[in-house]
Formats: sequence, C-alpha cells, structure tokens
Amino acid sequence: MQTETQASAKDMTVEKAKWIYTKMQEIRQFETAVHEIFAKGEIPGFVHLYAGEEAVAVGVCAHLTDNDSITSTHRGHGHCIAKGCDLNGMMAEIYGRATGLCKGKGGSMHIADVSKGMLGANGIVGAGLPLAVGAGLTAKVKKTNDVAVCFFGDGASNHGTFHEAVNMAAIWKLPVIFVCENNGFGEASTFEYAAAADSIANFAKVYKIAGETVDGKDLTAVYDAAGKAVARARKGEGPTILECMTYRDFGHFEGDTQSYKDKEKQQKAVTDDDAILRFQGYLKKNKILSAEEIKGLDDSVKAAIDEAVRFSEESPFPDDKEVTTDVYVSY
Amino acid sequence: MAVKMSYSEAINDAIRVAMRKDDDVILIGEDVAGGAEVDHLQDQGAWGGVFGVTKGIVEEFGRDRVIDTPIAESGYMGAAVSAAATGLRPISELMFNDFIGSCLDEVMNQAAKFHYMFGGKAKVPLTIRTIDGAGFNAAAQHSQSLYALFTHIPGIKVVIPSNPYDMKGLLLSAIFDDDPVVVFEDKTLYGMKSEVGEGFYTIPFGKAEIKRAGNDLTIVGLGKQVYTALKAADKLAKKGFEAEVIDPRTLSPLDEDTIINSVKKTGRLIIVDEAYPRCSAATDIAAIVGDKAFDYLDAPIKRVTAPHAPVPFSPPLEKLYMPTPEKIIDAFSVMVGDKVFSAV
Repeated sequence: MQTETQASAKDMTVEKAKWIYTKMQEIRQFETAVHEIFAKGEIPGFVHLYAGEEAVAVGVCAHLTDNDSITSTHRGHGHCIAKGCDLNGMMAEIYGRATGLCKGKGGSMHIADVSKGMLGANGIVGAGLPLAVGAGLTAKVKKTNDVAVCFFGDGASNHGTFHEAVNMAAIWKLPVIFVCENNGFGEASTFEYAAAADSIANFAKVYKIAGETVDGKDLTAVYDAAGKAVARARKGEGPTILECMTYRDFGHFEGDTQSYKDKEKQQKAVTDDDAILRFQGYLKKNKILSAEEIKGLDDSVKAAIDEAVRFSEESPFPDDKEVTTDVYVSY
Repeated sequence: MAVKMSYSEAINDAIRVAMRKDDDVILIGEDVAGGAEVDHLQDQGAWGGVFGVTKGIVEEFGRDRVIDTPIAESGYMGAAVSAAATGLRPISELMFNDFIGSCLDEVMNQAAKFHYMFGGKAKVPLTIRTIDGAGFNAAAQHSQSLYALFTHIPGIKVVIPSNPYDMKGLLLSAIFDDDPVVVFEDKTLYGMKSEVGEGFYTIPFGKAEIKRAGNDLTIVGLGKQVYTALKAADKLAKKGFEAEVIDPRTLSPLDEDTIINSVKKTGRLIIVDEAYPRCSAATDIAAIVGDKAFDYLDAPIKRVTAPHAPVPFSPPLEKLYMPTPEKIIDAFSVMVGDKVFSAV
C-alpha cells in the first residue's frame, strides 16, 4: 500500500507505476487461476471474479493507506488485492484452508483483513454502503484524517442502502468515496433494464456532493478522479460518487453461461478495451516502463500466484473445533 | 451509595457514565437528541429520544458524540456496525424493536457475522438499545417483543432487564462488551423506580436472578413478565404452594444452570413470556429443560404467552392478549391436576 497521495497520473513516479501495474496483474492472474481451479472442482462454494475491472480497484486504492478503510462486494478479490491483502492468505481462504486470511471460515465472499483496512468482501448487495459511512464516521469522531471507500456495483445503486448511505455521508460531510463499478450487469439483468437512472454519478447532484463518471477501463482516468476525491475527503470537503464504467470479463458467478452478454462487446472488452493492455500501452508510450520491464513484472506476479496456489493446496483444512470458535469475543 | 432512579433514568445514567469513561462511546439514532441544526435551540436537544430517555445527554457531550440520524435504519445501523468495527463503541438506538425489519441485514448479516466470518480478526463492540413490550396501546407495529428473533442468531447477545438496577448494570456491561449486544427496554417500565448504584457498575451476562425462592414450582418470567410471575406466586402462596421465580436477565447467553437447578428442586416449570409462542424464548427454555432435566419433571412444562397473533390496539383486547397471574395459576392447576384450584 502506498502512503503518498499523488493526484494526477502525469506526475506518477516509476515506482508508483510499477506498484499499480503489479497489482492489476496480480488481480488478473489471481482470478484467471481461480477460474481454472474452480472449473476443476477444487474450490468449494460460490466464486465471483473481478477480472476486467482491475483499473477501478487499483486506481482508487493507489491513493489509500492501511489506515483508510474500504468496503467491498461479493466480487471482492480485486479490492482485497488492491488494498494489500496477502495473496497466499487470500487463495488459502478461497480453498477453505486453516491458513486463509479468515482461517477458512469466510471464503471467497467474505475475505477481510481489518489490519489492512479491508473491512470485508460482503455477500449482501448494498451492505457495504452504510458500512463505509460508519468507517467515515469513526474517522470524523476520532479526527484521524482517514478516508473510507465503498466499492459497489451498479446493481447496488438500486438498493435503499445506497440512498441512505449517500444521504448520511452528505449531511455529515464524511470522508467517504462511493466508487460505483458500473459493469453493465446486476447478475443477469442489464443496468439499462434495472435502473431508471442512466447515470449513477448524477445522484451526486441530488445529494449536493461531488460526482463524476470516468472510463473505468482507463487506469489513469480512475487514478486522477480518485486522487481528487480522496484529497477532498481528507480536507473535510465531504463525499464523492465516482462512477467507473467497466465490464466484467467472466460471468456473475463461475458457471454462469453469460447468455445475456453481447458477444461483440465481450470480445472488445478483453481486447481493445482491456484495462491491463491499455495501461501497458500508456506505460510504454510514455516511456515509464519498457516492454521488458513489463514482462519482468508479469513473470514475478505469475510466480507469486503459483506460490499462492501451492501454499493453499498444501495447507490443512481448519481444525474441527473451529466450527464453534470466534462466534463471540466472549460468551 | 444507592439512589432511587427510574428505569428511564437508569438508562440515561448508564449512558452518561459510559460516555464519561470512554471517549469512543457515542450515541446514535433517530432524535436521540432531536432538533439538530435548529437555530433557536442553540444546540440544546429537543426530545432526547421519543420517550425522553436520553434527554440532556447532548448538552453534556455535544453533537459530535450524540448523533441524530435521518429516519433511515439500514443506513445508520450499518454505519454503527462499521463504526464499531473501526474503533468506536457506538450505542445505536433502534427506536422500536419492530423497526428491525428495516435493518435486520445490518444486525444479522453484518454485526453478528464479522467476528466469525473474518476468523476472529474483527470485533463489533456495538450496543443496540431498543424498545419492546405490549401494554401501551401502541398496536401491532410498536408493541412486539422480538428478543427471540435476536436470540436465534449466533454472534449477538440479548439482554432483557426488568428493573432499573439491572438495566444500568447490564447496559454498562453491554457498552463495554466486545460483541454486539441488543438491550431491550420495555416501554411500560420506563417510570418504574428502584435503588440503583451510583457511578460505574456492571452485571455479568448469563447470570439469572432468583427473585423469590420456592420448592413447588419454577416460574421463569421474561422481562416485565417477572412481575406477573411474582403476583401469581403470591396468590399461590396463599394456597400453600411456594413458587420459585427466576428472572433470566439475559437470553443470550442464557443461565441454563439456575433454571435447571430450580426445576430439579421443584419438578414443575412455567415460562411466562409476552412474546409470540412459536419459536420463542419460552419455547427454547422449555426445550432446554425438556432435554436436560426431563427426569426431574413431575408435569409437562407450561408456557404462558401471548397468542399466535399480532398485538391488538383496543385496550380490552390488549389486556386479553397479555399473560396474567390468573393464566399462570390456571396453567399450574392443570399441572397439579386440580381443576378446583383454577378458581383462585
């Protein structure tokens, strides 16, 4: 996790660019690995993959410290990685092993690491919105200068909690950034069908806060907009709605046939529009990283993901007693 | 030093004691102060909660720590859960427990689950104060006693204080507990007065109180129904039967031992609960005793509860709805096979 705030991509240091690119690759390769392993039947339960949306999680979290909080969704692996969760611990959690970040008791939909400010992936659509307000409230009451980021989908914008949370953050001027990942689908229904509004950022006008819609496939666009929003929040200028237009490469869940997707759009999303390919192009064009350097980062990420899989496969399942531990702090 | 205080004043006092002791304690809810940003109030509170229970607290601690919320239970309850997970000790007021329908997710899926789901690495030191209880002609959506609903959920503690002394000690325990706790305030008890300790004291969870000793019958009274039980016990005493009356004080954790030990002595158990009878706390206690003390029972366990119906508005109907000493005595007469006895 980076500690300094750099508001604009054009001022991005090489070190920062490397961190961002590495995190994006970690997400992509992590999700690709989970996709393949799930297909082999080696991962239990439900899995929802983040691949395709990397620029959003990383472009936002690049401005955060471990003291800042994020809330997430059931599609949370990307947020966890961008916020600095340990890859081995994450993968082992998805495998349901004792070495997982949550001791194997949470799984894919509930990966959390409070010490990193990651308040948990969440199995309930819309639940993260008020939770982010609470983290923002703590920052305000304790006068810490920390911020809270809520990642949520376009589907959650139709949920009552979206409006309750944005309204409260607005009236209390809390340091909260509401980052909507508008990937065009809530499960198997399109955004156009499920939402009467055609823009989620437009709700910012109604609640009299800052709002912006950006190309969520463009790391630099997300990075710049998030930098401004985080800076505003830290200065006590209140919340922002940042709507990032993006696309999920895989289905809603693993096993989804995705019959509701337009084939051309899907193809474009993983080629011309791909967030990682576009950021690679940006890095090369601006001579921030060379093709060789990028290849080097890709390879080291691959080694880290291979290691996470090996670590998970070799890890034990939780002890039987774990069924009833951690229900209460004391009882 | 003990001072005479009402149930309502005991709550107010407990909150002030907690807020003086620890800056991380905040009070949040709908009109817990009231009148926020109204110029002519000059930052005095308007209401102090719908029953005035938290009156004066905003004047002592200010609006940074006494936070009026919009009428948006999902929103502020979710915020309170996360504020707890990130370093505060919020006391979140859910005005009436009936409103849980608007924020059950935040309590059931968020607060109750974080500690377990995150492998013991997160804690949610949240206190939810909420009003329950029938007998106030408040009708079906403002009169329920929904403590069983929360008792059902692992990860939540449930407290049902029946008097001012217990209320203060149990509420202070709740505020400084590291788990989410729901504290039920029976609205009909707000005016009740008793001796309450000064300053900071706590009452541990899971410790029932034997309100009256007896060898012939055990009566467990939940919340204010402990008084219905005590009245029935007085009437039974006149007939030569001594009932032991137990106030469990907390439903989760539940002091099973005190109840079971009493039943082992008396051989008979009646549970008095004004909540609905199905899947209820009364049913739960009956099942536990049936499971663990069956051999000691001389008669079937009886439950004196509300009927399986919403709380009615009309005063005569609400009166019929509630447990009474007479209903307890009727149940006992069936248990001892004495039909004549029901005429007491």
